[in-house]
Amino acid sequence: MMTAKVSIQVQRKPGNVIPVLTVVMAIILVWYAGAIYLNSPQIIERYEKKSIDWTVSQLASDSWNMKRAVLPSPHQVAVELKKTIVDKNITSKRSLVYHAGITLSSTLLGFVLGAGLGVILAVGIVYVETLDKSLMPWIITSQTIPILALAPMVIVVFGALGITGLLPKSLISMYLCFFPVAVGMVKGLRSPQPMLLDLLNTYSASRWQVFWRLRLPSAAPFLFASLKVAIAASLVGAIVAELPTGGQSGLGSRLLSGSYYGQTNLIWAALIVAAVMSAGLVSLVGVIERKVCRRLAGGQEVSHGH
Amino acid sequence: MNLESVNAATNKVAEVDDVYLDFHTKDGVVAALSNVNLCITAGEFVSFIGPSGCGKTTLMRVLADLEQPTSGSVLVNGMHPSQARKERAYGYVFQAPALLPWRTVQDNVLLPLEIMGVDKDKQQQLAEEYLQLVNLSGFEAKYPWQLSGGMQQRVSIARALSVKPQLLFMDEPFGALDEITRDHLNEQLLRLWQQTQKTVVFVTHSIPEAVFLSSRIVVMSPRPGRIIDVIDCDLPADRTLDIRETPEFLTIAQRVRTGLAAGHNDDS
Repeated sequence: MMTAKVSIQVQRKPGNVIPVLTVVMAIILVWYAGAIYLNSPQIIERYEKKSIDWTVSQLASDSWNMKRAVLPSPHQVAVELKKTIVDKNITSKRSLVYHAGITLSSTLLGFVLGAGLGVILAVGIVYVETLDKSLMPWIITSQTIPILALAPMVIVVFGALGITGLLPKSLISMYLCFFPVAVGMVKGLRSPQPMLLDLLNTYSASRWQVFWRLRLPSAAPFLFASLKVAIAASLVGAIVAELPTGGQSGLGSRLLSGSYYGQTNLIWAALIVAAVMSAGLVSLVGVIERKVCRRLAGGQEVSHGH
Repeated sequence: MNLESVNAATNKVAEVDDVYLDFHTKDGVVAALSNVNLCITAGEFVSFIGPSGCGKTTLMRVLADLEQPTSGSVLVNGMHPSQARKERAYGYVFQAPALLPWRTVQDNVLLPLEIMGVDKDKQQQLAEEYLQLVNLSGFEAKYPWQLSGGMQQRVSIARALSVKPQLLFMDEPFGALDEITRDHLNEQLLRLWQQTQKTVVFVTHSIPEAVFLSSRIVVMSPRPGRIIDVIDCDLPADRTLDIRETPEFLTIAQRVRTGLAAGHNDDS
């Protein structure tokens, strides 16, 4: 028994690494190929203007090292990342770490506000019959409004009231966050078996005793699944909220100034930082999820879709 | 009214008078209980037996205030079942152990005590006492998944007993267990009932289980759910599982079987 268990665990680790590396390699290959495809028309045009004879390898090399490329190649983005992360002081306005920090702070504040609002709404929906009937349609409608249309209005209105910076941006994040949390939490709070609800009923437990002792722990797996979606959405919200501020700070503003000045390297570097940050946040929630769910299963290993 | 009848009146744990209960389903109205009359006195072990859909569980749920009758009156300890539930007059053991997976065995037993606000030292003492009663001392720190099905059900019995109810409802508590475990738990339950002098209402669809455990067997029949026979069992108190081979046991079992068959024939 023991040896079987151990060998399974040993097998699992390389089993994860190889597919991941394969996918990364494939993406990089496709990326290089795409860079040739997208950049070569301009390069060829340049060759023709100067009537230079060219070879395929020269074309590839020039496409991969072109300035202001349509699609910068991976190593150009890597150089840009090094330049903006390692070489710059993190307090510098040109450091991506500085901008990522700005975005992260409004992502996290928005996430906390959104998750809180989602949980409160869910509790209201589960416990108050009128809210159950009246609130859900509004919550769903709220999500049909495109965030890109809403974000500038919120930023402008708050700006007119003299409120700028973190709070209005977090509100956009919150707006994207609360929805998955509310929906997941409603489902989770309603997930206990009828038998367990009957059991607490035979003790004439109060609603809050049922909430703390049964509904909330039962909801945890649903809540965490929603939180993973929510934190990724929160980052998107934070970046979108940084676009209409006119490029002051945050990853969103870097994306915007990159596109103003045709600095595609900068756009891609900022995108990669955003993606890494998003993956990091989602896995952080995943780690907490595994800890909590394991505890709630009485220490038994539980498998959830990661 | 003489003294004896006063005593008889106060000893009534449950009175069911002309109870009807209809379930409204999308296929129409189902008569789950029809013209049910029953009186249970203190210290009895009463089994409800019958095929699926005969209303045996529904009748017990009505007594426990988990279901409301369409008409008729029900009294538990002389009060409305909802009052009895609020006064925590009974313990209820479900078909499945219904343990909370995030709580240890000990904490599962503590659950009703916490909810009822029993003081902390007393809680520990009661949990210890009742886990010992169901032979689970030493398993306090285990989680439910670490226990066998039979042990889990014993935890749920300890949990039901820990609040010291005088009335215990048991809804097919051993239905999901294998026969050997079930026999063993039947013997334990019989001893427990004799030791504690509680009133037990027990739902089962096993004839030997009902005859072995009960002081009275209520035979029920489906569509509509109704009582078709009430059989007194006066097997010796010190009985063991061997009694199932004796003529007395088989006579009672035969009567239950005849009752069930009669109910079944009505149906066809």
